[in-house]
Amino acid sequence: MQKPRFTLLQIAIHLYAWSSIVLLLFKFFTHNFSANPIQDLERATGRHAIALLFLAFACTPINTLFKWSEPLKRRRTLGLYALLYATIHFIIYVNLDYGLAWSLILPDVVQKPRLIVGALALLCLLPLGITSFDIWKKRLGKNWKRLHKLIYLIALLAVLHYLWSKKGDLFTLQGEILEPALYGFTAILFLILRIPAVRRLRASFPARKFSAKKENPQI
Amino acid sequence: MKRQLQSTPVLSSEITPKAVYFSRRDFIKAAGVTAGSLALASCAPSATQTALETRAAPIETAADELGDSVTPYNDITNYNNFYEFSTDKEAVAPLAASFTTKPWSVEVSGLVNKPKTYALEDLLKKFTQEERIYRLRCVEAWSMVVPWTGFTLASLLNEVEPSADAKYVRFESVYRPDEMKGQNSPFYVWPYQEGLRLDEAMHDLTLLATGLYGEPLPNQDGAPIRLVVPWKYGFKSIKSIVKIELTDKEPSTLWNTAAPNEYGFYSNVNPAVPHPRWSQATERRIGEFSRRPTLPFNGYAEQVASLYQGMDLSVYY
Repeated sequence: MQKPRFTLLQIAIHLYAWSSIVLLLFKFFTHNFSANPIQDLERATGRHAIALLFLAFACTPINTLFKWSEPLKRRRTLGLYALLYATIHFIIYVNLDYGLAWSLILPDVVQKPRLIVGALALLCLLPLGITSFDIWKKRLGKNWKRLHKLIYLIALLAVLHYLWSKKGDLFTLQGEILEPALYGFTAILFLILRIPAVRRLRASFPARKFSAKKENPQI
Repeated sequence: MKRQLQSTPVLSSEITPKAVYFSRRDFIKAAGVTAGSLALASCAPSATQTALETRAAPIETAADELGDSVTPYNDITNYNNFYEFSTDKEAVAPLAASFTTKPWSVEVSGLVNKPKTYALEDLLKKFTQEERIYRLRCVEAWSMVVPWTGFTLASLLNEVEPSADAKYVRFESVYRPDEMKGQNSPFYVWPYQEGLRLDEAMHDLTLLATGLYGEPLPNQDGAPIRLVVPWKYGFKSIKSIVKIELTDKEPSTLWNTAAPNEYGFYSNVNPAVPHPRWSQATERRIGEFSRRPTLPFNGYAEQVASLYQGMDLSVYY
């Protein structure tokens, strides 16, 4: 038997990544947008971008926690999809929502923390996307890893962007804060998993469990 | 200079002949005859036709006093911020469909000489219901033009006679978490409450709406009775009111409690006071592609700006 060209995980990633665009096109052709279609587009692409970003972000911690290494190979795909949706999200905002009226956009960006962190997140994600290819990995050597640590900053910026785009307040614990807060906790959890001591602790014991399972496949 | 609009800015009946307005089925029949079997054929009244589409046709030619046409019925009734049901604007209408609005009563109490609990039917009978076409500007920077039916809050307050120490009016929405699933959310302080200063409440523009497009108020739009304060952001216009209380203290409001730095007590539409999240300088009128500038006091400055004379509106936002 020939080895399948795509793994299940790969197929799932591509299907999930395209699902948002497909759904939006479906809504467009069946006239199923709400009364405010531009806002629909902004929200859908933004949501999908942060979801993909966190999936890319999760690859390393998944490997640390479950010793499952395939996600490491899919990180680039997920990251590039996140960049794609973030870019579409940005283009919809400046182009459709504001009709490229920079005289309206720029004062807003300067004034509103939500837009500053959103723009910063995209600006930081861009070099990661560009340097995600093997040739850059080679060229940058050690610096590649350093550069790609930006994901921690990007994830936090994206969470803030999301949180501040919703009606609510983290300090009063009121409003639409649940989703952004979950992303925030996830980001903090992933950061904790980066602490060398935590990694060592994780590596020390449950790995045995995993290998034990492997040793007794017949049982 | 003073171009004081009459108490009713523009009666929809001035634009749409009342006869046409109230006999829309006849209208559609007539239109069906003249327009042949083209586009309107699909709207021709039949037993299976949804009320929604037949209702929408005639009045959609009406406009507000600035000349902007009213927002289609379908949009007003399917794009709703009504967190008692859902935070998803499109989910509100289906979730609210089975909400019970009968029987309904509104308690008017507090610092008044004649406190009274009114059955909804009494309010509809006692106070002349008039049509008013108002702009509605949401704090999320979208807007609509809505043909309401209702009566002035002032006429109700005059009836109960606010006492001399009454300075504010507090409103409370119904609390029924079993019917309104959104009220189970721990992230908001239920029931929804809102407030106005007494002079704002007594202003002739301030309406208690009981109808939309000449029909009883749909559940998703705040049935059976809601407040409409057209110069303030939409969230001030509290829905499904069960209690109106006159007080001497500024009432706390749901959104002011949730995020005090964002939603002030006054929340007048003001393009000059930026909101930390949304641009308030421009808005998107539902149905339009490009943004349009937001008007001070949502275009009602001539009527209401005097209420705030001497106040720094960037402090009292």
